Amino acid sequence: MAVIRDVMPAFQLYQPSSVADAQKLLGQNGSDALVLAGGLDSMDWLKDRIKKPKVVVDLSGIDALKGIRETPDGVEIGAMTTLTEVSTNPLIRQKYSLLSQAAELVASPQIRNQGTIGGNVSQDTRCWYYRAGWPCYRAGGNICYADTPVGRNREHAILHAERCVAVNPSDTAPACIALDAKLVVMTPKGQQVIDAEDYFVGPEIDITRMNILQPGYLLTAIRIPSAWAQAVFYFEKIRDRNVWDFPLMNVASAMKSSGDTIQEIRIAVNAVAARPLRLKMVEDAVRGKPRNAATGEAAGKLAVQGAVPLQFNAYKIPLMRNLVKRAIGGVQEAAWAS
Amino acid sequence: MGILEWATSPLGQRVPIHIAWFLIWVALIAGLVFLIAHAIYVRYFAKEKEFAPDPTSEATSMLPARIPRHSLTARLFHWIMAAAMFVLLFTAFLPKVGVQFNWVAYHWIAGTVLTISILFHIVHATFYLDFWSIWPDRSDIGDARKRFQRFMGKAAASPRKFAKYPLENKLYHGVVMLSGLVVIVTGVCMMFRVRTVFFPRNPYLFSDMTWGMMYVLHGLAGVGLITLTIVHVYFAIRPEKLPITAAMIVGSMSREFYLKEHDPKRWVIEGMPHHGSTADGD
Repeated sequence: MAVIRDVMPAFQLYQPSSVADAQKLLGQNGSDALVLAGGLDSMDWLKDRIKKPKVVVDLSGIDALKGIRETPDGVEIGAMTTLTEVSTNPLIRQKYSLLSQAAELVASPQIRNQGTIGGNVSQDTRCWYYRAGWPCYRAGGNICYADTPVGRNREHAILHAERCVAVNPSDTAPACIALDAKLVVMTPKGQQVIDAEDYFVGPEIDITRMNILQPGYLLTAIRIPSAWAQAVFYFEKIRDRNVWDFPLMNVASAMKSSGDTIQEIRIAVNAVAARPLRLKMVEDAVRGKPRNAATGEAAGKLAVQGAVPLQFNAYKIPLMRNLVKRAIGGVQEAAWAS
Repeated sequence: MGILEWATSPLGQRVPIHIAWFLIWVALIAGLVFLIAHAIYVRYFAKEKEFAPDPTSEATSMLPARIPRHSLTARLFHWIMAAAMFVLLFTAFLPKVGVQFNWVAYHWIAGTVLTISILFHIVHATFYLDFWSIWPDRSDIGDARKRFQRFMGKAAASPRKFAKYPLENKLYHGVVMLSGLVVIVTGVCMMFRVRTVFFPRNPYLFSDMTWGMMYVLHGLAGVGLITLTIVHVYFAIRPEKLPITAAMIVGSMSREFYLKEHDPKRWVIEGMPHHGSTADGD
């Protein structure tokens, strides 16, 4: 864990009350600015004095970024909506319970009261070498301290590792992907609406970022289309401490079935790579198949193809295989296999 | 603003991690400035080339219409190396200027192609080509001195025509060779830091400082190759150099161009009688 070194470094704090003002501030300050949502990720960086932004733009005063609104095509969740609101909102619980389940499993009640959905999907990795301020690839250096024969990499990636082996720790991100959510991002060139799975960036594309947000960008809302409302959902999170922890792995799936036959499915896992992974090959393989243990078994095996364990995280391969198996076949149908 | 990026290692040691990326723009601008300045010089100020009289011998009249310059093997090497170099430059620097894509695999694969092609070239040039034809000799130095004196307006005898390669060509080859060897040697070592099919990763093969210097050297040679590539492409498409460029495609140049620019005594065509002193190095 990072050592708390000192009080936070000095910075200019701006508290805009509109998206336009926030955008202007972010545009003016570029890479000198840090966006503060719930602060649960940002405050670590600041208190550890790893990140020393000249400007912090606190979004908590922007009411337009808060709240859950039903739209003709689903629901729109403001990026600054707290995880508690997301997990307790009746509309979300009734139609998109996958997301409410995921939000409810984030950290602790206190953290969910402060943490936001936008912050949760956009948070940085928890790799301790990186968080400790070591000059690794993700920090702009030329080495991954976790991917070495002696690196402590129990929580790290088994898929799509590309120099950096850090993983995305978000619980709500795979749920957003499974629900085919769209993320609304304000950029200096205007508004972009991006598929959830395209919001995240792996190290092969940009090793210093986990999502498409660049200086001057602002995530404003998450739109969930009604296409997957009240589908059959499955969310499971595995963590070391069940009361409060980041995921060792999680899985989210949304399924439409006719009788026992899987008609449509979207499934995503997280904490296995630097971005949450939508398992398209699994989706294609199980479409039209009966929802049972055999299909789940085959899906689990397919899901882990290409997985490469590090020194201390080989357990993640059977873990992923079993989570996918359970998501497809159902918990009762699929017994765990080591 | 330094030309290197530094970081503090876990052991508290201040180590370089790579070059400052603004050097990419410096290299790019340097290359463009050179070609603009050179184009202006050639267009408005340069005088017609003058060579020392070269009495046409009986042998030159027997020259074929097309003078063989590069074998098929040499041409294949050149274009494979060129393709690898372009892939390496684009995959190395486009991500640094904002064009994001999955570049690492393409980069090390192209690097492997370049390394193999260079190894082949060393063997081929050493044992199957005229090894010394690309190295500057005393004639080159003497002629360069004459050309410089004439450029400065001083009286000097006309320089001789070129051997197979003009001095500028030879010097360029030397600089590219140096830069290429630096990127290849450091690049091969850096492959120990990524996952490739060749050997297991070993990020602790060297100390942080040595790794840092390796990244710096790789970067400096790499940005240098941006400028060198711009210069090379520029000369390849200059009108007066097109016969040389075409020879790298078709393998030969016209007898007229050969006799106009090259000294048959210094670049003896295979199968032709050899008169006078030996070519390079006399």
